[in-house]
Amino acid sequence: MAKRIDVSGLNAYYSSFRAIEDISMTVEPRTVTAFIGPSGCGKSTFLRTLNRMHEVTSGGRVEGKVMLDDEDLYGPGVDPVSVRREVGMVFQRPNPFPTMSIYDNVAAGLKLVGTKKKSELDDVVEKSLKGANLWNEVKDRLNKPGSGLSGGQQQRLCIARAIAVEPKVLLMDEPCSALDPISTLAIEDLIGELKERFTIVIVTHNMQQAARVSDRTAFFNLAAVGQPGKLIEIDDTARIFSNPSVQATEDYISGRFG
Amino acid sequence: MSNATLSQKRPSTLRAASLPKWFGWAVAAGSVALGLGISTVAGLDSSIQWALIAGLLFIVGTFGIAARVEGKRQAKDRVATSLVWVAFLFAVIPLASLVYETVKRGVKVLDGYFLSHSMGVVATSEPGGGIYHAILGTLEQVGLAAAISVPVGVLTAIYLVEYGRGNLAKAVTFFVDVMTGIPSIVAGLFVLSTWILVLGMGPSGFAGAMALTILMLPVVVRSTEEMLKLVPNELREASLALGVPKWRTILKVVLPTAIGGITTGVMLAVARIAGETAPVLLLVWGSNYINANPFADPQASLPMYIYLQFQQSGGSGAAYDRAWAASLTLIAFIMILNLAARGIAHWKAPKSGR
Ligand SMILES: Nc1ncnc2c1ncn2[C@@H]1O[C@H](COP(=O)(O)OP(=O)(O)OP(=O)(O)O)[C@@H](O)[C@H]1O
Ligand SMILES: [Mg+2]
Repeated sequence: MAKRIDVSGLNAYYSSFRAIEDISMTVEPRTVTAFIGPSGCGKSTFLRTLNRMHEVTSGGRVEGKVMLDDEDLYGPGVDPVSVRREVGMVFQRPNPFPTMSIYDNVAAGLKLVGTKKKSELDDVVEKSLKGANLWNEVKDRLNKPGSGLSGGQQQRLCIARAIAVEPKVLLMDEPCSALDPISTLAIEDLIGELKERFTIVIVTHNMQQAARVSDRTAFFNLAAVGQPGKLIEIDDTARIFSNPSVQATEDYISGRFG
Repeated sequence: MSNATLSQKRPSTLRAASLPKWFGWAVAAGSVALGLGISTVAGLDSSIQWALIAGLLFIVGTFGIAARVEGKRQAKDRVATSLVWVAFLFAVIPLASLVYETVKRGVKVLDGYFLSHSMGVVATSEPGGGIYHAILGTLEQVGLAAAISVPVGVLTAIYLVEYGRGNLAKAVTFFVDVMTGIPSIVAGLFVLSTWILVLGMGPSGFAGAMALTILMLPVVVRSTEEMLKLVPNELREASLALGVPKWRTILKVVLPTAIGGITTGVMLAVARIAGETAPVLLLVWGSNYINANPFADPQASLPMYIYLQFQQSGGSGAAYDRAWAASLTLIAFIMILNLAARGIAHWKAPKSGR
């Protein structure tokens, strides 16, 4: 189910501005990988190249290779729509569809590409909401609008929506930055459960969070504003936080940065 | 020393002298009375003149008294508020009196018979007859115009917002802007010169509908465009990231989110063209008979009916009454459309309640 990601020589551009330069890394299946680094170093940009969302931005362009198991996402003839079915995404701000009920939000991915059988949808919705630890809170109001939930619930709704289409990889861009500590813990626990089934990549500005949830941690940095961001190092989380091999990583983690 | 004496010694900096609540009304009443008095003395007999004098007195009086009692800043605040009120009154009075006048004169002959009969066997100077043929014509012409311009307009707006990049999009935007400014008579002349003079077609409801389309299209494009731009990009990205193709994202996520506003825009555009007279006069010609076929022969329409009743009345009171009743019908029609638009916008608006 879960798949390995293998990135080599990746550059991403906004029109003529190169936002990230020459990134290579491997993400093993059924692991959680955290991306950390200062603001503007290209974490979000890199994350979005992993499911071809980068090219949705006007002027967005990518060079290099991203292998999902043995298929190149940027190979000729690859349909970005099918890539995004395999690699799901959760955004920084919860963004449930405002016109849809909680049920329809979770079912959206399936409904919008054709599965219409009610009993099948019911099963998927229940399973996904349970998977996102939201079922007990919303099972009595599945037909109410999703925007009526609290921020933390909305974010879990978005996670349920993302896992309902059974992706192989789940990308999360600062999924907890708009949430309170309790909702954050709920989502961190959830990540721990989800990694049994998915390959997870998470961007976070919260060092403790990276240390708590991830198996591997990648540190990104940029030489100066206007310069492209680079991958400084990627290693086991325990090692990054205790004994990193690059001085800049240690400086950043211990707050002696800049 | 007690607290009371302390606070007497140091006057509060937060509380200041203030005028009572009825102050505004008192000044308004005073200035109306003064305005009337001045005009009688000066022998001005126009009600516009005394209203202007009263409005001026109201603002000056408010400022003068408030500045003396409450201080400069509060006085300015009061003047700004009263300016808004005066402007509001001057805007609302003509509107209210127009509706009042139309209702008063319109209800005289407006009844079931009037709505269900044509002018077929009634001379313009005689009483009787009705506007059935005109209502039918307006509904068909406006319906046809909407049937063409809503899909074309909405699709154009979708192209501009969701796909349009580069020069083509810029050119389309430019031409839409130009179209917005086309006077209705010019749109009518354009269709007249191509459809009727060059292609040799006769006058028909459809010819009028084409001119109305030219007028309606830019309004639909513009309003739909604005509504689509209001849909947050995050929703599009959320949908795309689920692996939903772009066209389905637009159809199932973007359009439903914006549908309330789009409907309002379309209804307003319909209301605008429903009252157009000039192109209809040129292209549909008008008729006293019921013609249910918009593709052949002259038809009537409500605005043109009103115009022709006035023009051909020959001083007959019956024709004037019919014109007023038709005006009332037209206003009611547009009012109902607006209410429907509000209803739909409210009903379709993204829900946020629990
Ligand atoms: N839509 C865009 N158009 C042009 N440049 C962009 C765009 N989005 C991001 N950038 C630039 O790309 C660089 C990387 O941005 P990115 O959003 O990936 O940073 P980040 O590491 O996610 O930062 P943060 O931690 O603040 O989210 C920045 O210099 C940013 O200015
Ligand atoms: Mg970011």
